[in-house]
Amino acid sequence: MSNTDHQGDVWEVFIQSKPGLPHKHAGSVHATDKEMALQNARDMYTRRQEGTCIWVVPLQAIVSSMPEDSESFFEPSDDKIYRHPTHYIMPEGAKNI
Amino acid sequence: MEDIKKLEEFQAKIDADLKIEPKDWMPEEYRTHLQRQISQHAHSEVIGMQPEGNWISRAPSLRSKVVLLAKIQDEAGHGQYLYSAAETLGKSRDEYLEELHSGKAKYSSIFNYPTLTWADIGAVGWLVDGAAIVNQVSLQRTSYGPYSRAMVRICKEESFHQRQGYEIMATCALGTPEQKKMAQDALNRFWWPSLMMFGPHDSESAHTANAMKWRIKRETNDELRDKFIQKTVQQAEVIGLTVPDPDLKWNEADGRYEYGEINWDEFWNVVKGNGPCNKQRMRHHIKAHEDGTWVREAAIAYAEKQKSKQLVA
Ligand SMILES: [Fe+2]
Ligand SMILES: [Fe+2]
Repeated sequence: MSNTDHQGDVWEVFIQSKPGLPHKHAGSVHATDKEMALQNARDMYTRRQEGTCIWVVPLQAIVSSMPEDSESFFEPSDDKIYRHPTHYIMPEGAKNI
Repeated sequence: MEDIKKLEEFQAKIDADLKIEPKDWMPEEYRTHLQRQISQHAHSEVIGMQPEGNWISRAPSLRSKVVLLAKIQDEAGHGQYLYSAAETLGKSRDEYLEELHSGKAKYSSIFNYPTLTWADIGAVGWLVDGAAIVNQVSLQRTSYGPYSRAMVRICKEESFHQRQGYEIMATCALGTPEQKKMAQDALNRFWWPSLMMFGPHDSESAHTANAMKWRIKRETNDELRDKFIQKTVQQAEVIGLTVPDPDLKWNEADGRYEYGEINWDEFWNVVKGNGPCNKQRMRHHIKAHEDGTWVREAAIAYAEKQKSKQLVA
C-alpha cells in the first residue's frame, strides 16, 4: 500500500447500490485529487448501473483495527448474552413481544 | 519457534476456508507467490487490450464497434482491480510496472499472437475470454480476500465477453464460404494457444503444489484445461467448425471428449519471448506509459497547487 509512486494516492471506494441502502466497499482507485478520485471510481465501479452514490476516501485517512488486537477488541462481548433478546424469559401466553 | 506456531495457525485458517486479509500474518512465500500471480494476471488484462484494440477502427458495424469498445474498457478495469489487489501485498504500482517493463514479470502468452482478421476478434472473445472465465470462476474461491473479491467482480463482467466473441464466430461461420473459412482459420490459430493459457501440466508446474496447499488455486492447470475443452468443443460443433486436433474424439462410455497433446516447445518458446508479437506488445506498453508521463506530472502539480491554496485560505 505504498503511496510513493507516481500514480497518485490510493482512495478507497464505497458505493450505495440503491437509495436507502448503506454504502459498501467496492475497491480502490488511484488519483491525485478528490475530483479525479470520484471520476475514476465512477468509470471503474459503476459501468453497469451499480450505484446511486459514490464515496471516495483517502486510504491514509482510514484507521483500521489490527488482527492482533481482535481479541481485546471483539471478544469481551461474547459473555454479554444479556445484550440479545433471546436472553429474556417471557411469560407463557404473551403475544407480539 | 514463533513462526512455526504462526504458520500452523495460518494453515489452519486456510484449511477452514477462512480468507486471508492484507494485515494478517502470512508466510513470505505466500506473499511473493500472490504478488507474482496477481500482477501477472493484471498485466495480462492490460496487455490483452492491444490485440483487440487493433480492430476498433475497423469493426464492421457501429454495433460491433461499441461492443468491442465496451469490452476493452472492461479489460482496463480488470487490470485496475487486480493491480489494486496486488498493491495490498506491499508493493507499489510503479514497482509492478517496472517489473513488467524489465521483463521480470510475465503476462499471458496468448496476447503475443496477432489478430489478423475480424474473425480473430471472435476467437479471442470466445476462446481466450472463455478460458479466462474457467480460470477466474475457480479463483473466486482463492484464499486471499482482495484477490477473491476482484475475481467475483470480474466474473460478473466477463459473461458478455465470451458471448460477444461467440456471436462473431457464429455470424462468420454461418455466413459466406469466405467468412466461414475466415472463422475456421481463426479457430485453427487460436485453439492451441488458448489451451496453453492454463499453463504447463501439473507435473511440470513449479508452483502448483504450494498454490494448492495454500488454496491460492482451487483447481489445477490440467483440471481447468479439461473443463474448458469439454465445454468448448460442443460450441464449435454447433456452428459447424472443426477443432484442429486430430486426436479429438468423443468417448461415449465416459461421456467426455478425449484430446491430443499440446506442443510444449511452442509454449516455452513464446514464454521465453519469441512469440510473434512479444516485442511489439512490450514496446507499445512502454511507449504508452512514457507518453503519459506529462499527464501524471501535471496531475500531481495541480494537486500540490490545490493543497497550497487551501493552506493560504
Ligand atoms: Fe478480463
Ligand atoms: Fe474479458
